[in-house]
Parts: sequence; C-alpha cells; structure tokens
Amino acid sequence: MIPFGFAYCRAQTLAEAVAEYARCMALGKTALYYAGGSEIITMARAGDIRPDEVIDVKDIVECRGMERDELGLSIGAACTLNQIKEAKLFPLLGLACGRIADHTNQCRITLGGNLSGSIIYHEAALPLLLCDAEASLFGPEGERRVPFADVFQGRLRPLPGEMLVRVRAPVWALAAKHAHIKKTTNEKIDYPLVNVTALFYGEALRAAFSGVCAQPFRSERMEAILNERALCPAERARLAVAALPERAHADVEGSGEYRAFVLEHTLKKLLEDWELGSL
Amino acid sequence: MVRYEGKTVLRLRVNGEEREVLARPSDVLMDVLRDQLGLTGAKPGCRNGDCGACTIVVDGWPNKSCLMLAVEAEGHDIVTVEGLGGMSAEQRAFVEADAFQCGYCTSGFLMVCHAMLTQHPQMPEELVIEEWLQSNLCRCTCYAEIREAVLRMYGTGKSS
Amino acid sequence: MNMALNASIHRKEAWDKVCGRAKYADDLPAADHLCARLLTSTRAHARILGIDTAGASALPGVKAVLTGEDCDLLFGPLLQDRYALARGVARYAGEPVAMVVAVDEPAAEAAARRIAIEYEDLPPLLTPSQAMLPNAAPIHEKLADYKRVVSDVRPEPGTNVAARHRVRKGDAKAAFARCAAVIEKRFFLPPSDHLAMEVRAARAEIAADGNVLVTTCSQAPYTVKKQLAEAFKIEAGMITVRVPFVGGGFGGKAPVTLEILAYLASKSVGGRPVRLTIPREQDMASFPCRMGLEATVRLGADENGMLQAAEMEFLVDCGAYTDISPNMAKAIAADCTGPYRVENLSCDALCVYTNHTYATSFRSFSHDSYTFCVERALDALANRLGFDPLELRLKNAVRPGDFTPTGVPATPELTGDVSRCIEEVKRLSCWDGGRPLSLGGSKVRAKGVSCFWKSANPPTNAVSGAFVTFNSDGSVNLLTGVVEMGSGGHTQLAQILAEKLKLDPAQVHVVAHVDTRVAPEHWKTVASLTGYMAGNAVLRAADDLIAQLKRTGAEALGCAEAEIEVADGRVYSIKEPERFMLLKAVAQGYQTPGGASVGEPALGRGGYMLKGLSMLDPATGKGRTSPQWTPGAQVVEVEADLEACTYRVITACCVLDVGKVVNPAATRAMIAGGMSMGVSLATREAYEYDENGSPRAPNLRTYKLLHIGQEPEYRVDFVETPDPTAPCGARPYTEHGIIGIPAALANALSAAFGCALDGLPLRPEAIRRAIGGAP
Repeated sequence: MIPFGFAYCRAQTLAEAVAEYARCMALGKTALYYAGGSEIITMARAGDIRPDEVIDVKDIVECRGMERDELGLSIGAACTLNQIKEAKLFPLLGLACGRIADHTNQCRITLGGNLSGSIIYHEAALPLLLCDAEASLFGPEGERRVPFADVFQGRLRPLPGEMLVRVRAPVWALAAKHAHIKKTTNEKIDYPLVNVTALFYGEALRAAFSGVCAQPFRSERMEAILNERALCPAERARLAVAALPERAHADVEGSGEYRAFVLEHTLKKLLEDWELGSL
Repeated sequence: MVRYEGKTVLRLRVNGEEREVLARPSDVLMDVLRDQLGLTGAKPGCRNGDCGACTIVVDGWPNKSCLMLAVEAEGHDIVTVEGLGGMSAEQRAFVEADAFQCGYCTSGFLMVCHAMLTQHPQMPEELVIEEWLQSNLCRCTCYAEIREAVLRMYGTGKSS
Repeated sequence: MNMALNASIHRKEAWDKVCGRAKYADDLPAADHLCARLLTSTRAHARILGIDTAGASALPGVKAVLTGEDCDLLFGPLLQDRYALARGVARYAGEPVAMVVAVDEPAAEAAARRIAIEYEDLPPLLTPSQAMLPNAAPIHEKLADYKRVVSDVRPEPGTNVAARHRVRKGDAKAAFARCAAVIEKRFFLPPSDHLAMEVRAARAEIAADGNVLVTTCSQAPYTVKKQLAEAFKIEAGMITVRVPFVGGGFGGKAPVTLEILAYLASKSVGGRPVRLTIPREQDMASFPCRMGLEATVRLGADENGMLQAAEMEFLVDCGAYTDISPNMAKAIAADCTGPYRVENLSCDALCVYTNHTYATSFRSFSHDSYTFCVERALDALANRLGFDPLELRLKNAVRPGDFTPTGVPATPELTGDVSRCIEEVKRLSCWDGGRPLSLGGSKVRAKGVSCFWKSANPPTNAVSGAFVTFNSDGSVNLLTGVVEMGSGGHTQLAQILAEKLKLDPAQVHVVAHVDTRVAPEHWKTVASLTGYMAGNAVLRAADDLIAQLKRTGAEALGCAEAEIEVADGRVYSIKEPERFMLLKAVAQGYQTPGGASVGEPALGRGGYMLKGLSMLDPATGKGRTSPQWTPGAQVVEVEADLEACTYRVITACCVLDVGKVVNPAATRAMIAGGMSMGVSLATREAYEYDENGSPRAPNLRTYKLLHIGQEPEYRVDFVETPDPTAPCGARPYTEHGIIGIPAALANALSAAFGCALDGLPLRPEAIRRAIGGAP
C-alpha cells in the first residue's frame, strides 16, 4: 500500500513520454519513467520517494523487443530480465539477468530498470560494460547514441528528462567466452556479496564487478593484472584485489574485508579455470 | 497516451471475467484484488516482492501482485488462485503431496506452478523448477513436499 | 482395528487452502472498518519529550490519533511491564508510540508519518551481560511497582533482572574437583524472528450494548479475552474473540499485542469496527521476536566420559519487556542438562531486560537455544577425552532411575527412550564417528550430532475442552478451541475422535475457526500440547457420546447398556450383532417403526485439566512443569570448502520418540518442517542491530530465510515409547524438529573446519573469523 497518490501515464511513443516528463517538470512536479516498477513501488511504500507522476514506458515500441543482425544485438530497455535470459541471444547477459532478484521478479524487472534504479548493484550493467555496448537514449533534444560506459557511472546517468531506449552489444560479445560468478552471503536469492563477470575479447580477459565496492565498475588496472599470465592465478588475484578502485563495500551482508577475501578467492578460481581451459 | 489521476474506474480481466474496480493509480494490484474483488488468495506476506505469497499469473507468467500497479493490469489477463477452479492438476498435486501446513504461502506457490505448467507443459529440468520456486518462501514445510507436488503435477510423483 | 490411527490422511482444511478459500484474519471483508496504523520509535532507548499530533489530526479522513497518554494500563502475561503505546520512555527501536485511525489505510499511514516526536536519547543496553553490569541503569525504573500476574516471577528492582530460576542438585563444586576433564564455554546467540508468512493483524469493534468483538490471528484467543477483560474491566462474557486460520505462529502469535491496540483504536472512535494492519517491517521490529541468549556452560566428566557435574548460567535476552520470557528462563532451568544424567548440577537461568525488541515464545520455547550451548560443550568434552561424540551421548543418556534437573524421576513412559533415539539416528545417518572425511582438494564432509528433550511449561491448571455433535448422516462435528495454524491439530484430533468412535476420519468434520463464545476453552495452541490436552478432551467427549448412544441403543434394542457396542456407524448388541441400528438413526434419539421416540439426542462434551504439575522451588528448582518429555537425536552432515570457508548442508536426520505415530506423513512433515526452520535459523537468521540499537534492515529482502534449492535431504524416523496418559500414547512432537539442528550443524562445521564454532548464525564470514582467517 502506497500511502500517497500519484498520476499514472502510459505513453505510446517516445515523444509522448518525454513531453509528459517535461510538462511535469514545468509544473514543478517530479516524474519518474516507469517500467517494471518494482523498485519504484517498494521505495514509494517505504516513503523513500514521492513522485507526483509515473510515466509507463513499457508500451513504447522502440523500448521493446530484441533484434539480432550481423553487427550485433539490440535490446529494448523495457525487455524483462526473463525475456533476455530466455532469448539466449547474449549468453553472458542472460546469466546476469537470471541471477538478479528471483525468477518471478525477473518477469517484471526490465533491463532499463535494473540499470537506472537506486539499488546499488546494477548487475545487468556488467556485461554491457565489458562488451563496449552502445546506449541509445531519448530526451528533450531527441535521440542520442553514446558508448554505454559514458552514461553508466555507478548507475545510469541520463540527462534530465532523458530515458534509456535501447542498448546494443557488438556481435563478437554474443559468442565470446565468458564467466559469471555471483557470491552471496549464503542465500542464493540475494544481493551479491561479490559478482565477478568476465568476458574474453580474443584471449584478453575483461572483468567487471558488483557488490565488491559501493558501485559496479570495470577496472582497466585490474584487468591488466588479471591478464599478467606470467604470474600464477593466486598472485594475480591477490594483486587485483589490492588494486580495487575504492575501499570494499561493507554492510549488513558482509564486511569489506570479507568481500575482498571472497573476491580474491573467486578471481583465483576463475583464473585457474582459465588456465585449465575449462571456462 | 493514457493518463490517470485520482480515483478511476479500471476494467480488469480477472479469472476470465471482465471486472470494474475503482482505484488510485498508486494502488497496487494485490490490494485491489483483495479489497475490491474479495480475491484474498493473494496474500500480503511482505508487500516488498520478497515472499511470493501474493503471486498471480499475468498473461501466463508469474507476477507478484504487490509489485504491480492495478492500472498496469488493464488489458492483461489476470489469473488468481480462485481462478484455478478447484480440481486443477496443480491443486490436486498440492493436496496429494501435503505440500503446505499453515497454507499462507500456498496460493503463491500454486500460481507459480500454474504459470510453469503454462510455459512448460512438459516437465522442465530440476534447475528450472527450482529457479521458479525460489521466488517464494514457505516457513512451515521443508520444501520436500512442494517439490513432490510439482512432480505429481507433471504426473511423475510417487503414486498416491 | 479402525483405520483412523497410523493413517496418513490429508489435512482437514486441505481443499480450502489450495482454493484460496481458507480465510485468515485480514482476509475477512472490511468495507465497514476504519483502518489503524502505527508509528513506532526510531530510538532504542529514549525519553519521549513530546508528540505533536496536530499535523496528523488535520489530515482528511483521520478519525483519531492516540499516544501513550491515552492509555495508562500496563500489560504482560506474567509481569505487567508494558504499555500498549509507549508512555514517557521508548525502550526499543520499533516500539509503538502512536496510532492513527482513519477512513482507509493510505490516510492512516499518511497521517502516522505526519506525527512528530521529540526524543531525548538514553544510553541503550544491547546485551544481557551489558545490562547485568553493576553500573547499568535499570531499563525499568519502576520494576518494583509492576504487578506480578503469577507467583513465580520475581523481578529484582534496581537491576535489569526480570526473573531468575535456580536449579541446585548434589554438589557441583566438589564433583568438578573429581573430574578428569572439565570444559567451559561461553555462548552468544542473537535474537531472531518467527517470520510466520502471515503478518500479524487484528480487528476490534465495540457494540452499543458493550459487546466487544475481536478478530485476530492469535494462537491464544482465550488469553486475548481474559487480558482484555481484566485490563479494561469488561465482563468476560461480553467479549468474543474470533480466530480464523492462522498463517503460521511458531509462538509469535501467542502473546496479546495487536488485539489491545485494535481495541483501543475502536474505543477511540466510539466502538466502530477498526482494522489494524502492520507492514512486515513492523511485524519484525515492533512485535515480539525470538529471544537472544548468553550462556556459560561448564561440564565435567570422569575418564570414562561419564558426566559428573554441570554448572550453567543462562541470560535470556528478553528485550525491553518480559512477555512470556520469565517462563522461558524457567523452561531452560527445568531441562537445562539435556537428556543426560547429571547428578551434581548448578544452573541459573535469568531473564534480563535489554533495549532490544521484546521476545516471546518461539518454536520449542528456548530449547533450541540452551540445547545449542550444552551440545556444543558436549562435543568439546568428547574431543578432549577422545570419545566419539555420539557414543559419549549414549553413555550419558537418561535412563530409568535417573532424575530430570528438577528432580522428576525418569521413566520410559514419562521421559521416553533417549538411548534408542541415539541408536536409531546412528543408523539413519550412517554415523561414522564424527571424523571429517576428505573429498580431495579443499573439500571435506563431516557430521555432527545433537540430542535433545523437551518438556512443556503450561500453567499447572491449563484446560481444554471438546464438543461433538451429530449430523443426520451419522457423521460428527468436532468443536474445540484449538487454532489451526498449520500444526495439524484439527486433523490429529479428528483422527483421535474417529479412532474412538470407530468411524472413518472422513466422517469427522472439524469446525475450522475458533469463536470463544462457541468453542470450549482451550488454554492456548502452543507447547505442542494440542494432541495431549485437546486430545484428552476429545476422548472424554467421545466417551460421553458413546455412553449416550449406548443408553438409547439399550432402550431401543431392549437389552442392557453393557451389551451395546458402537462401531462402524452402527449401534448393536454384542450378543446379537445382526440386531443393529445405524448410528444416524440413534444419534438424534431413536424412533421406533411404530413412531415411539426413544432416548435423547446424543451431544458429546469433554473437559480436561492438567494434573500433577507444580511450581519450581525457588532455591533448588525442585518440581514438575510438564506432563511428559519428548526426547530425540539429530545428525547433520555438511560438505565444507576449507579454503573458501563455505559449506552446504547435505543431510539432516532426526529420530524422535513420538510415543505413537497417529499420522505418519503429517508427523514426518511437521518434524522436517521444524528441521528446515532450524537449518534456516542456524545458517542465516539473526537480528542485526547497529551501535545505537536499531535493527538493521528488518525486512525479508535482507533477513533471509531458506529458499527452496538449498535445503538438505531430510531423514525422519520414529521411536514409539507410548505415554500412557496421552491419547493413543502420542507424545508432543510439533515443535521439536528444530531443537537440535543448530547444535548438530555447529558440531558438524566445527569438525569440518577444525575449530570451535560457538555462535549463531553460522555464516561463512563468521566461520572465517572463527578459524582465524580474518584480522
């Protein structure tokens, strides 16, 4: 039960959605683009947010569906995590989507919602960071296409009034060797204590992380260490953890020190599997 | 574009029937089903999407009705536990396997099973079954009976 | 032999539950109800300097705003120490401080959020040992003035000790001096939650003539009635309490909490019906939880491993208010040794106030907690002496001729067969001596064992009752005050009645919902005593019914009552079985072919009151609190990764002396359900408090319960040593599956990781810290 009211608008076109957003802003009201809604509903119930209006974007054609062509895969921001997983078009992203929340919620939560929300993990972002994905956004100034990494720093950071429409993954990433390892405190259905997502560009390991620090990230420095194949896996894992871009995150699920330990162990296993050719 | 502000009459298709309800745009579907249609099978176990006791089926997929606005349900096909009829394979399996104790989580588990049967008419592999059922919590049973109910639902459980 | 016993029949309410037709307290129509919501304290310990309700009252739809100033009555089942809404001082984060009644839920909730409270923080006391320090300020300044509802709760004013129970037997000090091995261990077990899937809810209305109707999810409808009557000076007959199906209780719905608030809410709006709902977050933080425990356990044994002495101190963290916790301290004292012979014993079990959410009964009534401590100490002792931990337990198991800690002589009938439980669990678990088995790499497998016993702590005069009436088809209706919350009481009682009446259990219809104006009083649906207490009442009602049928039958058949038999839906003469009448023809009195009426309608009634129980002697603990004991033994097997500090629970075994199995499938499911709760509790559940004493993330997103897919294989078996005083000889079993699981898991993990894991929950991070892998 949400103890306050808000208006609900179901937009049919990008232009409608953006215009409605702008109209709210002009009236001094707060509007939120709304897709799966799970985070907006829970936060509104808890009193953490109080939007005057939500603008449902799920019906907008440009936000829907997945398209595979010779250059890659384009995914609508309103696709649910479950749709992405079941489509099996981008296996690594499918693995990531299949471990966010639980299956029923995966049938509601959208890719755009997971990337844009305020819950800090944004696990669907990791494969997109690794594959140099492109993001397509739509705002008052029209469409904008940018490298995904440019609009995702910790969370999706669109311009005011702008919404994510699609993301595009290059074709090489769809068939590349990969690994997705999510460690939780001890219940499988949980936020990540440590999420290590790895994608191989040729024989170069790319890795992005969630849960370890207060926001998800990809680190060139850590990748360089992980690719130092002259060093043994244990050593590379140790050095990579030492190169974390910020202090490991600490909360009720686990201390920073413990997260670093789990990360090191996870990286070591990952590197060992790589050496053994069992990825 | 459709826009609602304040209380509005919504037309919902629930259990195969067209129903009219009066709801605010910020009302979640669970409360509307329970308070206005008397469909109290969907239970408010957490109102946060964590327990699954309010699960219903929307267009053939499981959906936590505490995390869906009633306005969003317009134009979609809603099935609640009350719509299963009483002699469905899911319900019979749960009775035969004694897959509940207090019964509070039961509707939610049944609706996950109903959607699973819709999406996977043939029994999927165990990992898939587990993934679907991991959306729900049961505090009474040890889950073994619920697993057994799923097997029975697919006609492969122990004979009764 | 009838088919009613040893039959795995389905729950009586099964079809209601799979059709969404089973109604729980907040499922009933409420269009005519106002709604109430609570505002709770954000501070663990603070003086309330002022509450500004003006903003809330001014909102449209708001009918009343209540604060502690509106009710100066104190509540509590044993010691009256709690206001319905905090007055002057808030003693835990989450304590209800104000309540709003409004036309609908959104209006009430919005108004509750508009109430402004000014606090002055007081230092919080967050552990029992902190609260026991000599300089600790008493959380209850007026402890001496509180009314004691029972004679055996003895608060110690000027301190934070709300109750103390002592057991003294033999000479522990002297015996320790003789021991070849002495183990001393300290334990800290955090509070956690019942987490019944149904969030608590209550409704109340007061009619113009003063009749009060309360609808609630209580395990104790008669206690609700009694407490409301006494507190608000209402004639008990004017109060009706209705309880439909309850969505899990586990002890958490035994205390009277929301009902008082719902009554106050209704009273504040001229008696109009009010529906009080709370979110899950308040259900966890504001309403009673599972107790925490600090303990020191010292055990001594001779070189043969025979226990010689035990010294124990248990500090029950009851939180800010006592509720039933003094009795949990008593329960610990009464059974403190576990099912072992210990002739020299000194045990102090204290109930200590802290600024935590207050505690109440939780599945097994503290037995899971103290068992953890004793069984961990026993494993340490076995290690020290080089014994197989299971064999050490077998050596020391209580046998006829021994005594319980409070001096009750152990007999197979009373205390069951502990040794056989251990022997059977050894077989069931393929016990291998308790040594870890290397699986290669960093993986090992290990098993851990725990025994337990459980007795009950009802009032010595607790009662139950049953009414049985006939339908025109010869089937019967059973009416009791037993709440159906999943524990299967209704089905068990139907089987007991069917057995006695020699009917098919399908011919017994059970009234599903309790209405205190209709059903005879049943103390509470707690303590696993439904089968025993209500079962005995049902047997008496059946006897009463049979006597009436025989009287009518004898008159109709023209023979002596002693010759009449009632079985298989017939009333007949033993001498001439071909001369019979159908039960349905006799049940409402008999009509001869000629039209003459014979006899009376048969209406069965049975009342039952516990007998032979006593208070415990304050100095020595001598006395008897329980009609019987149920013993059991459990083994948990884990697969651990020593490098990653992670583990999986592989199997969990339980052998319980249930006396007699009435419904094999239901009994097995109930015990496995308890084991599952034990696995969840031991692996992941705890209330985490920040340094200010506020619970961190009291919601199901962060407080994780065991989901499907991570559960072990459960193996359950029974020993049957009948209790002759119990219906069909059946012992209580419904809570028991949980009791030894945390201890057995900790024993298995301690063996696997080669270190002492003496805390809960057993999260990988805690294990890593314990094995010294973390700074």
